[in-house]
Amino acid sequence: MIWLVKGASAMSNARSAILERLRKAPKKPIPDLAPWTPYATTTESAKDRFCRLMKGVNGQIVETTRADLVATLRQVLTDKQAKNLLYAPNTDIGRTLDAAWATEPGPQLVAYDKPIEDMKAVMVNDIDAGITSTMGAIADTGSLIVWPSADEPRLMSLVPPIHIAVLESSKMFDSFPEAVAKLSWNKKPPGNTLLISGPSKTADIEGILCYGVHGPKQLVILFITD
Amino acid sequence: MTQVSHDFEHAAVKALGNQQLRTNFRRVMTGLMAKRAAQFPDQDELQALRSRGASIKDRALAKLPELLVQLEQNLTANGIQVHWAETVEEGNKIILDILKKASARSIIKGKSMVSEEMHFNHFLEENGVAALESDLGEYIIQLAGEGPSHIVMPAIHKNKGEIGKLFQEKIDGQGFTDDPDELTAAARRVLRQMFANADAGFSGVNYAAADTGSLVLMSNEGNGRMSTHLPKLHIALMGVEKVIERLEDAAPLISLACRSATGQAITTYVNIISGPRKAGEKDGPKEVHLVLLDNGRTKIYNDPELRVGLRCIRCAACMNHCPVYTRIGGHAYQYTYPGPIGEILNPQMQGIEKAGDVLHASSLCGRCSEVCPVKIPLHELIVRLRRESIRPSGNSVKGGGSRNSSTENVIWFGWKTMYASPLLYRWGTWWLRKIGNLMPSSMPLLKQWTSVRTKPQFASRSIYDLARERGIRDE
Repeated sequence: MIWLVKGASAMSNARSAILERLRKAPKKPIPDLAPWTPYATTTESAKDRFCRLMKGVNGQIVETTRADLVATLRQVLTDKQAKNLLYAPNTDIGRTLDAAWATEPGPQLVAYDKPIEDMKAVMVNDIDAGITSTMGAIADTGSLIVWPSADEPRLMSLVPPIHIAVLESSKMFDSFPEAVAKLSWNKKPPGNTLLISGPSKTADIEGILCYGVHGPKQLVILFITD
Repeated sequence: MTQVSHDFEHAAVKALGNQQLRTNFRRVMTGLMAKRAAQFPDQDELQALRSRGASIKDRALAKLPELLVQLEQNLTANGIQVHWAETVEEGNKIILDILKKASARSIIKGKSMVSEEMHFNHFLEENGVAALESDLGEYIIQLAGEGPSHIVMPAIHKNKGEIGKLFQEKIDGQGFTDDPDELTAAARRVLRQMFANADAGFSGVNYAAADTGSLVLMSNEGNGRMSTHLPKLHIALMGVEKVIERLEDAAPLISLACRSATGQAITTYVNIISGPRKAGEKDGPKEVHLVLLDNGRTKIYNDPELRVGLRCIRCAACMNHCPVYTRIGGHAYQYTYPGPIGEILNPQMQGIEKAGDVLHASSLCGRCSEVCPVKIPLHELIVRLRRESIRPSGNSVKGGGSRNSSTENVIWFGWKTMYASPLLYRWGTWWLRKIGNLMPSSMPLLKQWTSVRTKPQFASRSIYDLARERGIRDE
């Protein structure tokens, strides 16, 4: 059996002792769980709800179209005075950026194309902004759904001080359970999946809200409406 | 008789006299209560959500042994290594062995109350591994050499001036400021380098989904993500009761926890970890380990009534609303978990003989039970444990019966006998009327009672006599 193969006999003892005590304990009835329909407290549209909640936690939403995406991004980078942008070259966004920068250069593009061990110093100290795709958003909680992958690694949405996320308005879900079902999240989830609701924050000092503790200080959403 | 500890009493009295501490707690707790209330404007929605949360946890607890096995299978299939520990010592040793095998000299930590339960930092330091806290609140108290005073906001007993002084003293090149934004920025600078340099990362777990083999972690700061994704090794630690049946079950629990804890719709990050870095991936830890800790939880589980305490999702609403906690703060409770949930967990984990006096840190007003997002009847469980501390029911609670006092038994026996016999009652009250006021308040037995109360004055005539005089007979 799996736990014996690992060879730690103390551990297998702990495992069987814990499970045995739980199995011997008095049984209680198993409550039924009907499919969950979150209680609707609002008639607001999913998009409006998402935008209101996201803005409420300091997320910045910039509406744009597919055609204007690069121009909007350039404007955001200028406004934020970003000197460089971490991007994933092997994604749709990455290819779009490479093509656009080839004709009209902008802030330096830094490709996340090697293991973190070879990029750590740059990543932690030098990057101003990072851009990622999203799997959509959840209206109930005002959250982006981000699924990192081999092409678009986990730290891109975390380490840069500014996280720019591209969201398509067609990918709006009402609730997390709806997203789980429609994205088959519970089938074979990638190694890391995320809900992101605003920039990093803390209230550990006197309960006073401060933004940008460890993760991004700013979250900018490029919201594609067409 | 077992040696019974009464540290709580002294600590509580000391805390009550600390005006700064009381001001710090009063301000933040009042704010947290208002924020929670604002998140639940609709009572029907709140009650529906609480029922859902309670059912999810009850269902998971009813199937706990099967779900743990399923969780282990799916985590293993996802490439996450699972370890089991019955005791704190075992848990610490397992983690130290993993660190040694990886030649790790430092570990950067996300917030974990279970690690506080294990006195994990202290254990690692003793064994030559630096344990670095990265949650801002935990970082502050680690610098100050203190333990957490609240399970969600560990440094809430300190005000910004105290934190400013602490940073000035402990962080190289840091001048004094009491501006929370500047203090936060200073911590960011220091901790970023620690994240980058740490050999290993550590985290707790909020929920573990058995169906997908995923660890769900909530964090506002992003330190939870940094600790679990920047270092090459990630070790997660959780109590065995944290498993849920399905990933989507996390949704109502996250909503309940965040709204009850800090009055936010959701934490900034919900970090769902379902595996280490795979071939071709550029980041993420190369190894992920999960340690499942018992430390008394299976014993709690064994009692059907006390088992509901294991529903707890650690939101801290019970302490934020507790009239005792909000006045004395978390340190007075002596053990890992403060407030009403601590009154239930500490005596059961540590034994009533050691940690039983916190059972009296409650007026039984029931506010904790009213706000609990998973409907734990906290005040009823406190009464149950008080009963266990005197008259244990079988072998169910560690240290049951240890608070049984023969003096108290004699007094109650005397009271019972006197009140059951009209003749004895009249004889007894007659004597009290004659000599009751002559008894000094410093006399043995009376002394403890009168140390915090005024000794009652006995009337010269009993209510019984007065009633008789007015012609009221026995009915």
